[in-house]
Amino acid sequence: MGIRESWFFEVFWKRFRGNRFAVAGGIVVLILFAVSFLSPYLTPWDPDAIDAYHVLLPPSADHWFGTDELGRDVFTRVVYGARISLKVGFVSVGIAVVIGTVLGLVSGFYGGFIDTVIMRFVDIMLCFPTFFLILAVIAMLEPSIWYIMAIIGLTGWMGVARLVRAEVLSLRERDFVLAARALGASDARIIFRHILPNALSPVLVSATLGVAGAILTESALSFLGIGVQPPTPSWGNILTSGKDYIEFGWWLSLFPGLAILVTVLAYNLLGEGIRDALDPRLNR
Amino acid sequence: MTTRWIGCLLALLLLVSCGSGRTPAEPPRRGPGIPAYGDALVVGTIGEPSNLIPILASDSASHEVAGYVFNGLLKYDRNLTLVGDLAESWTVSPDGLTITFNLRRGVKWHDGTEFTSRDVLYTYRVTVDPKTPTAYAEDFKQVKTAEAPDRYTFRVTYAKPFAPALASWGMNILPAHLLEGKDITKSELSRHPVGTGPYRFKEWVAGQKIILESFHDYFEGRPYIDRYVYRIIPDTSTMYLELKAGGLDMMGLTPVQYARQTENSRFRASFNKYRYPASAYTYLGFNLKSPLFADRRVRQAITCAISKDEIVHGVLLGMGQLAHGPYKPGTWAYNPHVKDFGYDPARAKALLAEAGWREAGPDGMLVKDGKPFSFTILTNQGNDQRLKTAQIIQRRLRKVGIDVKIRVLEWASLLSNFIDKRNFDALIMGWSIGQDPDLFDVWHSSKTGPKELNFIGYKNAEVDRLIEEGRRTFDQEKRKHCYYRIQEILAEEQPYTFLYVPDALPAVSARFRGIDPAPAGIMHNFIKWYVPKEERVH
Amino acid sequence: MAAYILKRIIAMFPLLLGITLISFVVIRLAPGEPVEAMTAMSPKITAETRQRMREFYGLDKPLHVQYVTWLKKIATLDFGRSFAPDNRPVTSKIKERIPVTLSLNIIALILEFGLAIPIGVFAATHRDTLYDKGITIFVFLGFAVPTFWLSLLLMYLFGVKLGWLPISGLHSLGSDSLSPVAWVVDLVKHLILPVSVATFGSLAGLSRYMRSNMLEVIRQDYITTARAKGLTERAVIYRHALRNALLPVITLLGFSLPGLIGGSVIFETIFAIPGMGQLFYQGVMARDYPLVMGILVIGAFLTLVGNLLADVCYALADPRIRHGRG
Repeated sequence: MGIRESWFFEVFWKRFRGNRFAVAGGIVVLILFAVSFLSPYLTPWDPDAIDAYHVLLPPSADHWFGTDELGRDVFTRVVYGARISLKVGFVSVGIAVVIGTVLGLVSGFYGGFIDTVIMRFVDIMLCFPTFFLILAVIAMLEPSIWYIMAIIGLTGWMGVARLVRAEVLSLRERDFVLAARALGASDARIIFRHILPNALSPVLVSATLGVAGAILTESALSFLGIGVQPPTPSWGNILTSGKDYIEFGWWLSLFPGLAILVTVLAYNLLGEGIRDALDPRLNR
Repeated sequence: MTTRWIGCLLALLLLVSCGSGRTPAEPPRRGPGIPAYGDALVVGTIGEPSNLIPILASDSASHEVAGYVFNGLLKYDRNLTLVGDLAESWTVSPDGLTITFNLRRGVKWHDGTEFTSRDVLYTYRVTVDPKTPTAYAEDFKQVKTAEAPDRYTFRVTYAKPFAPALASWGMNILPAHLLEGKDITKSELSRHPVGTGPYRFKEWVAGQKIILESFHDYFEGRPYIDRYVYRIIPDTSTMYLELKAGGLDMMGLTPVQYARQTENSRFRASFNKYRYPASAYTYLGFNLKSPLFADRRVRQAITCAISKDEIVHGVLLGMGQLAHGPYKPGTWAYNPHVKDFGYDPARAKALLAEAGWREAGPDGMLVKDGKPFSFTILTNQGNDQRLKTAQIIQRRLRKVGIDVKIRVLEWASLLSNFIDKRNFDALIMGWSIGQDPDLFDVWHSSKTGPKELNFIGYKNAEVDRLIEEGRRTFDQEKRKHCYYRIQEILAEEQPYTFLYVPDALPAVSARFRGIDPAPAGIMHNFIKWYVPKEERVH
Repeated sequence: MAAYILKRIIAMFPLLLGITLISFVVIRLAPGEPVEAMTAMSPKITAETRQRMREFYGLDKPLHVQYVTWLKKIATLDFGRSFAPDNRPVTSKIKERIPVTLSLNIIALILEFGLAIPIGVFAATHRDTLYDKGITIFVFLGFAVPTFWLSLLLMYLFGVKLGWLPISGLHSLGSDSLSPVAWVVDLVKHLILPVSVATFGSLAGLSRYMRSNMLEVIRQDYITTARAKGLTERAVIYRHALRNALLPVITLLGFSLPGLIGGSVIFETIFAIPGMGQLFYQGVMARDYPLVMGILVIGAFLTLVGNLLADVCYALADPRIRHGRG
């Protein structure tokens, strides 16, 4: 296994490196991680420090991105907002991946009736306009960041489940799985030791794209007033508070807007790059 | 305009309605032109009206539209003096118990039927009918007898003198010939009203617009502007862009729009801006049934911890006044000598300590009996100023060790799921200030029942007595005495932290002439507005 | 063919059942009883009415019985009455909103497919060139930009600054008195911005899918054969490759619908378009339970029908499917 794995990563890395968009996306994502871990060190301001006597100041040496409608430093809020956006992205995608992977594995591995039930469930969930479900649940419970992450995750696992199932179906009859079974390995062992590691790559791709989707969903919820609640800054709610001032207070919407744009773009390019690099058929 | 019933409503959009005090600035700059019939006034609303039968509606959008379709017996003129509307004149008996209205003759409903005393009598009866789901019955329950001795006379007698009586008859009169004997809640008039007002209902395109057209037989003369169009635009940013692009003719500006976004020659060339104190105040109200706020010192401390000046600056950009009680500064009932709690965080901490709240841990949050001081402020969706206010308060209270969460709720949901069920800690809301200073509905201890407006559960025997005394006499000096004392008590007890009285900041397309800025605002003479022929757009 | 369609329609029923079940569960998550929300709004409601409402929703019975009762009602398209003050039947409220949302989304869908397919093919045939890269960035930008922000910027640019297009709504004031042609022109002008925003946002998924499909097809043996036969590259691409690459795209038609309908909440709100998305948002915020359930079920049902149509088209295009293989 060892040799196979190192060869695999070598090929993967070589292909990935060749894709400049993917590398750029990866770098942006790394920067974002750095920013969200280092946010207190990047700015002298407190993200919640209201200064009612200095609202809506244009960008200056003190306030690089200007101040918002309550006199808070927009740069600081965007920097701290990176944390929230990443948190929303990762936690919700984490939930989706766990659910999708488990259901996909079970469905593909056992097949038969279980498979039918799970796949029909997937079909049903795919019929709903996801955003409607999210909206209904958030508005009726309450708009807390935990609910938001949970519901984005609970409505976003279907693609993962299908991918994993398809992968399992193709792996199930492969030699190494058959051999393991012949040697008397338990179901759990076969799933976790042999099938899961091989099914991970499509999941990785879909997770990367999922993070981007979750960030956008949060901003849409913020626009409707039920996203991450104040005073916690999220890119979505900073952008929303800036929408009334797109002409005169452009800095308030431009920076969070760009942050979302660049981040989502980066995740997409990264995700595509990973997919291409993993795809054996795209070999040149 | 309709007065106290709207006054009872938590005003959502402080667009136009009534105002007083300073006369608005900024007269029109173009020449007056020649009055001509035609054109349309297009305004926007974020919410669709719910019901155009005014006694059944509790949203400001419905009342705004209904205000053009219906009339009351009386109305306030430009100087906020009560004058006849559907009533030609009226007399009050010497004991103050009986009012006789002489109705205008020859007034036509929009369907051509004549308006008579039967309509008034019906409106009264249906309003006090317990089967009618209305929030406006209270004033009319004071009436002992109501009668219509002839077609043009209407007489009411009260059991006890009732000072807000006259003002209460500004209520919109409904057409008896279309409603009598029917279930008003199922009437098609709720979506297709028929009134006596200057505008008649033409069309309601669900989710898009309501169109009213001028009523040529209106008893005060045909309005110049042919149509009044009410467009539904759910997003405030869109609404402002529509105004700038000419898709709307009038809109209440936000302070930022007024002060920073419209101070340019291009905007000034096409719009006139007005500014005057709105008849409304915004407050932070505490649920007095909650153990957190039962202690007066805690409420006083919260007021001390909040800088109202900061809120007026940050939220209103200075375009408003601090509020210390339920009246507008400068009106006769307003007590200028009330000692309110100023911004004083040290005193706030001392008061909280007195009430048993101790700082615990390094973050300085307050704790009592092992429980942290934490509560949620509710406010309604669609009012950016209240959300900003909530955030400033959140920040200030955190500084004294109180953890505040904010929750924004849709209007109907806020009312039915939280306020009506008393399921809240504190809320930021606003009241319109009626022209009559009576405080019964909001502050009397008998109004704490479900669906009633004293939802914070305020009970003070002295205030109760003073409110009753104030409404039982017509003597303004005696009333003033009562209301002055009430303001002192409220300032001491702080059942609300009174926050501010905002300025109304309407902008109107410059093609409209004849606007007469007055203590009552700008809409009082809408039927006299006109657009010179050469500037007509629609 | 008829047998195939019949089979597909029968297969829809369990899905429909699942849709109603999930809608039911979602609403049941909400704290409090729906009847409370309703009756709290009209204080004078009598105990009798309250009981009638409880019976309508079957709230006095166990959950599974409630579900069955509700199911029976909606089988006859009775979603109850809205809790909003107008108290109108949910079905009629939805009915007046559906045409707007549906036609907007169908226009956006046509544009999406009309643009994304050529874009994808072009990107595939120009793989790794500057064109390909430019297209990649362009379509991803559409996906990555928050809809409401882009909408506002466009409204400001085209509506306020340039004055070319109306900002919101569907018709100008006084459009009723226009000639039919002018009326349509007016409507189209109003639709340009919302439809562009919706289309731009959805280009990425489909065009990328098309691109990779195309790349895969090009690598197939028969394409190599075709090339070896000496056919021009044009002929190879458009006569042989495209046909085969297009087939799986048809099935995506149905699945694009829920995304578009979901997105309509945002652009119907910002562009003041009175569609189902806006209605749903209002319903959710006002806890108008019957309305929310109605729209959830109908929205999912539309997708189901969309999928069915897509599958039928697919079967028509690819005979292998309707003969039960594949």
